[in-house]
Amino acid sequence: MRCRQIVMLGAAVGTMLLASACSVQPWVKPYERDRLADPIMAWDRDAISSAYLDHIRESREGSRGATGGAGGGCGCN
Amino acid sequence: MIAALLLVRSTSADVLPDNRADVFWSKYSGGGMDITGYSATARAKITENFAVEANYFVDKVSGASVDVLSQASVIKDERKQKSGTLEYLHDKTTYTASYTSSVERDYISETASFSLSQDMFGDLTTVTLGFANTHNTVGINSGTANKPDVSWVGHALTRAYSGGVSQIITKNFIAGVNLQVITDAGYLANPYREIRYLDPTKTIGYTLANQVYPDTHTSTAVQVQGKYYLPYRAAITALYRYYNDTWGVIGNTYELDYTHPIRNRWIFEGRVRYYKQNAASFYSDLFPFVDSQNFTARDQNLAALNNTTVGAKVTYAFLPDGWKVFKRGTVTFDASRIRFNYQDFRNIKNFGVAQGFGPGSEPLYNFNANVFQVFVSVYF
Repeated sequence: MRCRQIVMLGAAVGTMLLASACSVQPWVKPYERDRLADPIMAWDRDAISSAYLDHIRESREGSRGATGGAGGGCGCN
Repeated sequence: MIAALLLVRSTSADVLPDNRADVFWSKYSGGGMDITGYSATARAKITENFAVEANYFVDKVSGASVDVLSQASVIKDERKQKSGTLEYLHDKTTYTASYTSSVERDYISETASFSLSQDMFGDLTTVTLGFANTHNTVGINSGTANKPDVSWVGHALTRAYSGGVSQIITKNFIAGVNLQVITDAGYLANPYREIRYLDPTKTIGYTLANQVYPDTHTSTAVQVQGKYYLPYRAAITALYRYYNDTWGVIGNTYELDYTHPIRNRWIFEGRVRYYKQNAASFYSDLFPFVDSQNFTARDQNLAALNNTTVGAKVTYAFLPDGWKVFKRGTVTFDASRIRFNYQDFRNIKNFGVAQGFGPGSEPLYNFNANVFQVFVSVYF
């Protein structure tokens, strides 16, 4: 029952968000985003480097995922 | 065991990124292993809406981690990874499809992935959804570095489902959350690593045996992160990741980054990362007797451990204002030092009965690793 309520609440919030998508006014105007556009604000400036570090970590830790990184291979040795 | 994971890029979907080419070198040394990597990447926009990217990566491995070295001779191997990516931008949506193939003498991995990224709410919000399918073929080399004798021991199928939201909060602050659920089925153990169980009939006090893993594994990871533009031109990033899986591993990651540019020539970055996990439910450094439980592991990745990383990165723009067809050129140096501490994984390579340590009383294992990267990037 509780699960159903959560699903219905989620659906209601999702519907409201979608319905209001056209009317949402950006509270940070495009001309106010110069700082956000600075390369130092990029989530990941160098994807290859980040993927390499993720690969090293995932080869030596039990955790994985949700980092936005990529890597293949075993790391078995 | 690494699943190839798809890239979740939380950038604006209105414009595809600039053309870029990278040449990359890396070196990892620590825990008995030396790995040197070389990579080349090129990315180009065919039209304003369509881009292609290709990457080639070679890892040369020598040595072996301590739990392998305790049972096998020194290993030399090479991993070659190729990947191709297509990106298509339509209105505010970017569609990305990629294929990655990674080949080692004793391990083959192929991944196909797809993701889409959508800007919405006045471009303040970017939502990304992705799926990746990986097929791994697992082998074991019973020969030597120069005379390999590889036998294939199994396959594993991995599926990764991911979603992410990047949200502009203020003109100085951006936040994001990523969720990824990964499921594996098939041969999931590391064939080079073995368990040990008490055996009073042996001089060393224990006997080695094969690990027995479950055939399935599902993990969930959630990462939240925030990036803030400081009152002067610099940025600070904080992230936290929570991880758990059906093998009983719970991991927590904390990271803090500071980025400081100097004019348009230099970008300095410092980072501190701390990671901690508990052991998998079927892990033990020393089992009491043979077949004492259904599933058994002594893989150091599944032990209770923590590690701390301190890293620094410097980017120098040698073409800050461009030259001919090049818009910009940079060279980057990145160095990290990682300290690994194990809470229930003992160093049986260097310590044993001969040194006065009975089974289960050997010193706990720990090691330092150094990671270096150098790469040159040109944007055109």
